[in-house]
Amino acid sequence: MTKVKTQSLHKRESTLAQSKRQLEILSNGIFQNGELPTFAKKIGETNQFPLKAKKLEILQINVGYMCNQVCEHCHVDAGPDRKEIMTKETMQQCLEVIKNTGAHTLDLTGGAPEMNPNFRWFVEEASKAGIIDFIVRSNLTIIRANKKYYDLPEFFKKHNVHVVSSMPHWTRGKTDKQRGEGVFDMSIKALQELNAVGYGMPDSGLRLDLVYNPSGAFLPGDQMAMEKDFKKALMEDFGIQFHNLFAITNLPISRFLDYLIASENYEDYMYQLVEAYNPAAVANVMCTNTISVSWDGFLYDCDFNQMLELPVNSKVKHISEYNEELLEGRNIVISQHCYGCTAGAGSSCQGSVA
Amino acid sequence: MQKTYYDPADLRKFGKITEWSEELGNKFFEYYGKVFEEGALTAREKSLIALAVAHTEQCPYCIDAYTKDGLQRGVTKEEMMEAIHVGAAIKSGATLVHGVQMMNKVNKLDG
Repeated sequence: MTKVKTQSLHKRESTLAQSKRQLEILSNGIFQNGELPTFAKKIGETNQFPLKAKKLEILQINVGYMCNQVCEHCHVDAGPDRKEIMTKETMQQCLEVIKNTGAHTLDLTGGAPEMNPNFRWFVEEASKAGIIDFIVRSNLTIIRANKKYYDLPEFFKKHNVHVVSSMPHWTRGKTDKQRGEGVFDMSIKALQELNAVGYGMPDSGLRLDLVYNPSGAFLPGDQMAMEKDFKKALMEDFGIQFHNLFAITNLPISRFLDYLIASENYEDYMYQLVEAYNPAAVANVMCTNTISVSWDGFLYDCDFNQMLELPVNSKVKHISEYNEELLEGRNIVISQHCYGCTAGAGSSCQGSVA
Repeated sequence: MQKTYYDPADLRKFGKITEWSEELGNKFFEYYGKVFEEGALTAREKSLIALAVAHTEQCPYCIDAYTKDGLQRGVTKEEMMEAIHVGAAIKSGATLVHGVQMMNKVNKLDG
């Protein structure tokens, strides 16, 4: 069994910490020798190349790569040793954009976004902008990690934040294998505390959704069926309720790519992704309605491209020069990792898309 | 020359059996797909039955396929092992129940 690493790839100075090396792997071998078609070629078969950005709907902001966990498959390579944190100055630039955006969803992510020292100030300010759906991606354990975070459920409630949290499985063993020893018990406690203030209850406006991503080199099952199983098990075992489950495919980058290579699953996994390719999912991939902002204010088509350091193909590169009209219609930057979002029912930060 | 009878990569080529007998191949895959749809049994239950049968049939392709299928459906390793024990119990039971035939024969010939 693979043990959860305690340091990020960056800290371990792994060659896979470099996005250039990851992109080389994704372009060489089975994609270079023609055994599998490149993503560009595949979407070209159905005249979907190049992918074009549509009207912006989701503004996703990554406020830093620091995290209290070191999950085995983290695409951010996040962890306690990551020091990339969004400054208040960049947050202020983001707020200007948030006030004027046409996007209906604001999505804060990390790392553990709550670890950014200006997180609460940022949430308070951003919540005044009147965005319809204000998401914070919380890893749950942060709520129990330190006394200073214990009131997070109340804080989220006060600002009507939509909480989206990772939960790889309803059993302790599978959850702890992927996310670290003790994560399951802490996550359960955090979910119970969120329920206690009204999050996730059937008729509650306080939305609590869970994110499921597979614990190994396989694709997620049917989102609806998984949701049913999660709801039954979490209710029976712990009395926990939540609204929806988002099934997300692991993309072959960063620590998941490292895992795939180390476990000799890389080629099989890429085959799985390509064989499960669904042209209907391409029409709804999140990069066409999302902008991802990095901790230092640069713009990307999605969080995965951010980690691969593939900036938007536009004159506008930074939040300080943000212009929604100029960004619309840009060509989306793609590589073979994009197969992760088009496999089966498709995958996005909001779960299945097809 | 290939030195083993089984190659894991051959599982990916399963669909190619239609190339040499299109009608029968297509009919088989249509039937196969229908069998595994959600019905009176859930797709998850069917996946566990398939895993147990894969072991009693000792089909390495099926074992790979339905282990992965189970993982995708959130099936735990404990559930998978219990399913295999069901298959093993039936296999051993099927062997041992023939012991009655042996006993009958002994009793008739030498009783």
